[in-house]
Amino acid sequence: MTPHLCKTTIFTILAVFFSGVSQAQSFDDIGENYANLAYASYNDSLISAQNLADDIQALLDNPSEQTLISAKQSWTGARKIYGATEVFRFSHPVVDDWEPQVNAWPLDEGFIDYVDDNNYFYELGNAVGKANLIASDFITIGSEQIGLNAFTPELLASLNEAGGTEANVATGWHAIEFLLWGQDLNGTNQGAGNRPYTDFATGDLCTNHHCTRRRNYLEAVTQLLVSDLEFIVSQWAAGANNYRSEFDAMSGDEKLRRILYGVGSLSLGELAGERMKVALYANSTEDEHDCFSDTTHNTLNANATGLAMVLRGEYETLAGEHITGASLMGWSSANSDTHDSLSESTNLMLDALNAIVESGETDQTFDQLIAPGNAKGLQLIDQAIESLVNFTRNVELLAADLNLGTLNPDSAGHNF
Amino acid sequence: MLNVIARTLVVLFASCSCSLLLADPRYPGGETTTQVQGANAFSQSAANLSFDGRLDFSVGNSFFRNPWVTAPASTDARDGLGPIFNTNSCQGCHIKDGRGHPPRDNQAHLVSTLIRISLPETESRQREAHQSVIEEPTYGDQIQDFSVAGIPAEMRINWEWAPYLLQGADGNEYELRTPDINLTQFGYGEIGPEVVISPRVAPAMIGLGLLGAIPEDAILAQADPNDQNNDGISGRANEVWDARAQSLTLGRFGWKAGQPNVEQQSSGAFLGDMGLTTSLNPSGPCTSLQESCLQAPNGGEPEVSDDILRLVVFYAKHLATPARPNALDSEKVAGEKVFHEVGCASCHTPKWETGESSSPALSQQTIYPYTDLLLHDMGDGLADHRSEFAANGSEWRTPPLWGLGDYIDVNGHTELLHDGRARNVFEAILWHGGEAASSRDKVLQLSEDKQQSLLGFLNSL
Repeated sequence: MTPHLCKTTIFTILAVFFSGVSQAQSFDDIGENYANLAYASYNDSLISAQNLADDIQALLDNPSEQTLISAKQSWTGARKIYGATEVFRFSHPVVDDWEPQVNAWPLDEGFIDYVDDNNYFYELGNAVGKANLIASDFITIGSEQIGLNAFTPELLASLNEAGGTEANVATGWHAIEFLLWGQDLNGTNQGAGNRPYTDFATGDLCTNHHCTRRRNYLEAVTQLLVSDLEFIVSQWAAGANNYRSEFDAMSGDEKLRRILYGVGSLSLGELAGERMKVALYANSTEDEHDCFSDTTHNTLNANATGLAMVLRGEYETLAGEHITGASLMGWSSANSDTHDSLSESTNLMLDALNAIVESGETDQTFDQLIAPGNAKGLQLIDQAIESLVNFTRNVELLAADLNLGTLNPDSAGHNF
Repeated sequence: MLNVIARTLVVLFASCSCSLLLADPRYPGGETTTQVQGANAFSQSAANLSFDGRLDFSVGNSFFRNPWVTAPASTDARDGLGPIFNTNSCQGCHIKDGRGHPPRDNQAHLVSTLIRISLPETESRQREAHQSVIEEPTYGDQIQDFSVAGIPAEMRINWEWAPYLLQGADGNEYELRTPDINLTQFGYGEIGPEVVISPRVAPAMIGLGLLGAIPEDAILAQADPNDQNNDGISGRANEVWDARAQSLTLGRFGWKAGQPNVEQQSSGAFLGDMGLTTSLNPSGPCTSLQESCLQAPNGGEPEVSDDILRLVVFYAKHLATPARPNALDSEKVAGEKVFHEVGCASCHTPKWETGESSSPALSQQTIYPYTDLLLHDMGDGLADHRSEFAANGSEWRTPPLWGLGDYIDVNGHTELLHDGRARNVFEAILWHGGEAASSRDKVLQLSEDKQQSLLGFLNSL
């Protein structure tokens, strides 16, 4: 168990202990604390992305084995923090409209840089699936020719979904991941991508050609990630004319509907479904979320900690600030018979996802767990899926107790 | 834990007991109806689906949406595309779970429209009970105009529109359009001159499980093959082969009701449209005369595992029909009255009740699909002259009308009928010939107000 989880568990025990004496928690109070959590966790994501940008700058200033490792570690750390914020997806148009540029997946990496032709399968009909932006002076999309002389954040953003194919992802976490790690050529065997640091070297040390353009790309794409996170932080800041103010003005019922819809969508459709059960049935590394770095276990677990964060209304920032307040768990302990099973199912979910992290860190990574015939992997993933189904069922029972009617918020179009 | 289970049962029980009461045209899919409108209106799960069901739905959705790739590939479960095919994902044709469209500007590949082919039956050439058609010996029963690298595609389909003039019963002449299809660039030799072709646009996916759950005897009770009630409407049931049961049964799905259930329809599409084998269709898409096609590597046997097929079928059966929030507005009710007056409802049966289904969410629902699922002679103008099981060359299955008003939001067009020739609902009405000609003529003779009222109703479905 990671130190972070230990703390979370202690907070839960305290929360349960004190819940009997807590004041009645209004829906508006729960909504306010939720928005504070969104702000604090996106702000941490921004800070960790700025650290990543610093480490990438260090890599570009002085390409070496060590600076590349530091940048990768920084990406891995920042990715965990971002993963927890995914609980704010699916209910808020401001997040859902913004998210693809930051987190689109899966991507046809041959769109961005060189790949091994014998080990690269891209989406059929993707006319630019092997465009290799880094090696090209221009790209032709339909009848339009776009110059690629210098990569700017704006240019890269405009290339997303080029030619109408979603797998053409030029920006975000996974584009940076691919640039740092390179293609994972190990399939469901052990090992992540293994890009040499010399891919970013200058002069004669440059490997795989076009290092100057690759450096330029990495710099621009990182800059865009940071500015995108700045945007979303500003949207959740209190006291401004932004999405937060729209959210604050909603009815208490609508706030809770959005909160619970986001929780349910992430836990069931996205995490249990798309990210685990699909990967398991497909036995496919293409369905592995962080496939270049083989750190999918971290993202899965971070999604689960995000779910628990929202249910419990608790978050500790990187700076050590403890965000807490009215929460769904608090409301349920005072008003709902669901409380005990909700609390238990939250703990079981965190345990089940943590077991996948432990496997990822000490034994087998997610791409190995989903390999055909891996009985232990099947058991670990099945257990996590089952725990999420059970958790979501409890969330829906809570929603029934909250008397919210249909959970579908007015504006969200995502499948629950 | 027991507490959770007990309470879940209470919730489920409560929803079952009220489903019998929910008979409301604002909920065309009964309790499965989704309240989501707009571009994603066709992509929602049945609103009353259980949690386990919603998980399976989301997994099925992934396999429905994501592309299949050429074998062999690192992504084992998703390989086996082709060697010849029309598109690489279900979503490629059923765009946003909605309708496909006819090709634009003679594009190189049709993608969301396909062409069925066959040879006519003759004295000496009769199909067997399990065969839907007599296949063209080299090209089978469908043209695949795409192929994997190194294997020839079957041919190029050139699609132009030809004008079609219709003298209306209102004295006006209407210029409609009809496809003029020309086949070239044959990959496996010239196609025989006898070949019969029938273009088919991919239909929307909503409410399929509900249509499958309408009791067979209720559908057959509406059939009137010899028009014994003298209303000019026959209504014939197609009788098709059920590959699992190995027997003939009622056809419900496809433009000519050539498939008995969603599973067999889906397996057929996996094979015919994407070149993927299933346990129901274990042989690939190549005919015995397509040698290079036969020699291409496959993606396992079968290429679509039973688990994945089950999940995709589950997904297809549980795509919800969108709500009609304004169904009870007075002008919509007035438009529906006209719909009945001119006889549309003789075939587009508004209301059904589903029976017991293997899926609890689909059982005992009162639904408003506006179809009788039967075959009707639609006249020469629409005829494809290609029979399919018991359906003859001028018969088509009454397509459901639910979702008609959502196509513009979901798919951005209103190109209707089997080949997309009708550019809007009014043109689709104009194409109604044969048994439906008298209803069409009545529509044309309506006052302007009543016509608009009828169209307003149809576009609210």
